[in-house]
Amino acid sequence: MTQKSVVADRKSGKTHYSGAEFLLDALKKENVEVIFGYPGGSVLPIYDKLYSSELFHILTRHEQGAIHAAEGYARITGKPGVVIVTSGPGATNIVTGLADAMIDSLPLVVISGQVATSVIGSDAFQEADVLGITTPITKHNYQVRKPEDLPRIIKEAFYIASSGRPGPVLIDIPKDMAIIEGESTDKEPEMDLPGYQPTTKPNYLQIRKLVEAVSGAKRPVILAGAGVLHAKASHLLKEYVEQQGIPVVHTLLGLGGFPAEHPLFTGMGGMHGCYAANMALSKCDLLINIGARFDDRLTGNLAKFAQHATVAHIDIDPAEIGKNVPTKIPVVGSAKEALAELIAQNGKKPDIDVWTTQLTAWNEEFPLRYTHEEGVLKPQRVIQMLHEKTNGEAIVTTDVGQHQMWAAQYYPFNKPNSWVTSGGLGTMGFGLPSALGAQLANPKATVLSISGDGGFQMCLQELSVIAEMNLPIKIIIVNNGALGMVRQWQELFHDNRFSHSIFQSHPDFVKLADAYGIPGYKVTTEEEASNCLDVALKTDGPVLIDFRVKQKENVFPMVAQGKGLDEMEGV
Amino acid sequence: MKGILSLTVNNRPGVLNRITNLFTKRNYNIESMTVGPSEQDGISRMTFVVDVDDEAVIEQITKQLNKQIDVLKVFDITNQSIVARELALIKIMVTTQTRAEIYSVIEPFRASVIDVSKDSLTVQITGESDKIEAFIELIKPYGIKELARTGTAAIPRGMQIAHAKSATIV
Repeated sequence: MTQKSVVADRKSGKTHYSGAEFLLDALKKENVEVIFGYPGGSVLPIYDKLYSSELFHILTRHEQGAIHAAEGYARITGKPGVVIVTSGPGATNIVTGLADAMIDSLPLVVISGQVATSVIGSDAFQEADVLGITTPITKHNYQVRKPEDLPRIIKEAFYIASSGRPGPVLIDIPKDMAIIEGESTDKEPEMDLPGYQPTTKPNYLQIRKLVEAVSGAKRPVILAGAGVLHAKASHLLKEYVEQQGIPVVHTLLGLGGFPAEHPLFTGMGGMHGCYAANMALSKCDLLINIGARFDDRLTGNLAKFAQHATVAHIDIDPAEIGKNVPTKIPVVGSAKEALAELIAQNGKKPDIDVWTTQLTAWNEEFPLRYTHEEGVLKPQRVIQMLHEKTNGEAIVTTDVGQHQMWAAQYYPFNKPNSWVTSGGLGTMGFGLPSALGAQLANPKATVLSISGDGGFQMCLQELSVIAEMNLPIKIIIVNNGALGMVRQWQELFHDNRFSHSIFQSHPDFVKLADAYGIPGYKVTTEEEASNCLDVALKTDGPVLIDFRVKQKENVFPMVAQGKGLDEMEGV
Repeated sequence: MKGILSLTVNNRPGVLNRITNLFTKRNYNIESMTVGPSEQDGISRMTFVVDVDDEAVIEQITKQLNKQIDVLKVFDITNQSIVARELALIKIMVTTQTRAEIYSVIEPFRASVIDVSKDSLTVQITGESDKIEAFIELIKPYGIKELARTGTAAIPRGMQIAHAKSATIV
């Protein structure tokens, strides 16, 4: 049996619908492909209607898994990831994911159940003040007070989540609102958002200023962030860069927005960025930020950041412009519209051969490097092998820590939407569930879920879903028996006092995979690693590989906290 | 420096929470805040007085407020010619000796006595923050039993509206 559409029902004379019916109908109208969720008391009426609906629902094994999966889906498709959770603990379990999506600008529409309106505020069973809790970590949130408001609220929620600077929107639905009926009107719901008018088209005069600044620049650099990816403007970035010959530095989250193999790609900047990229940011005389938010992990010490540069900043969120770095040329608009306009202007190409030659020389003189040790499996080598074996074509998702930085450094991305990582919030446990979402978003892609042994254990329950759906995700554990980045900082800044960063015991990850019905392998040498990866990539289904790597390997180069980008260590 | 922001918002549940949360999240300190209905149905006006390091912070607060879906307009009226008022209710201790003296202080401030008892007077005073501050200082020696103050409510002066962006809601 299929879910009857409210619209279709109208012909049969039915005029009243429950909140749950309104909700599911509205979700269908938004062409929702997949819902990640977890049922519970307060959302039972919704799940009951879902039972007879065409909507595709995935039961994750934890609400945190659901929301990270939705984030992975949103990162790859650009469409809002949809999540349903129950009230109280269900809703509080998604708080991390909401904060993560908020800071990384990922569109989500999250439905949380709530206790019935008659008991809201009474500390009822599974009650939590979800609106209060999620207010600082959502772009917007709603609590439904009338079932017939749901069509409008859902329409607004999808629009808010995916337009302007994308972000998560939460809709809290009290249980009775899902049950009681409201009258349906024939009319398409009208959005009521007078206070929300995102600016996508940039101001012409500001664009002109930027064109002039570029033409006179001696050492310009483009800092491209995830805003380029959100705006689906990668091709325009390439076109503009080639038209003007300006070198590009990527933020961590921006990777893939510009081809890593392009001669004008300088590298990733920031704390673990490459030398040339950080020197480009330090020595430039014109810094064109496109869709990055000048995070402190990117800028290093702000007082020493781009000291000699005129700063131009293109961002769809005006509040980001001037927030951390004083900006001479503010351009409010989408990366897509701004780049299209810049290309159309076709300004005088700057004469910067000396500068680009210098950057290339720096990259040749100070490449990313690590030392090979006989008989020792190096984590950097593992990532390089992943890159070789997948021809750089995979979608890579990560957790947070050393393996994340090595993945960013040693898996060059040439295409947009192939890099899924938690950049802003730095959420451990993000990798595995986000791989699940990414694979559903792009079923044909090879998805590598790269985690450390720490982060992997934070959301490993989603192995169950991956096994159940036989998703061909290759689960890579870069296992150094430690919380690697914590251990590294303790080594560098806390006098080798490894307080609670070395694991005393681990489960046998291979047996664990086996318990979930997933083939698992443990590898300790390069040769084993190579053979095992060949097998894994040929396997039509999930595979888990536990790479035992050297424990005391550090991520370099590095800009220590408080230092400027030109004060790198381990170059 | 002090900044004054006047904003119009949808009168919906949770809006105040969202806005004050924004101040908390961004570590901005609110010196005073007033909320009340505006000239339009369903739309409230808020006035925030903030104490910040420089104008860049006020600009940032303005931008962050503007991002809120239920915020319709934000006006930074810090450097504008404005009319600003706050209200204070002050219960002052009195004795037969001081009563007449206190009346003589109230008079020039155009404050009014709204409640009288054997040993106290309750005074209502409205005006700009500085005026109320001055009045409180003067009255303090007599003994203040209770004091309640509102935040500042402010709007730009009429002559400016033609120059500033339209204050009406689209």
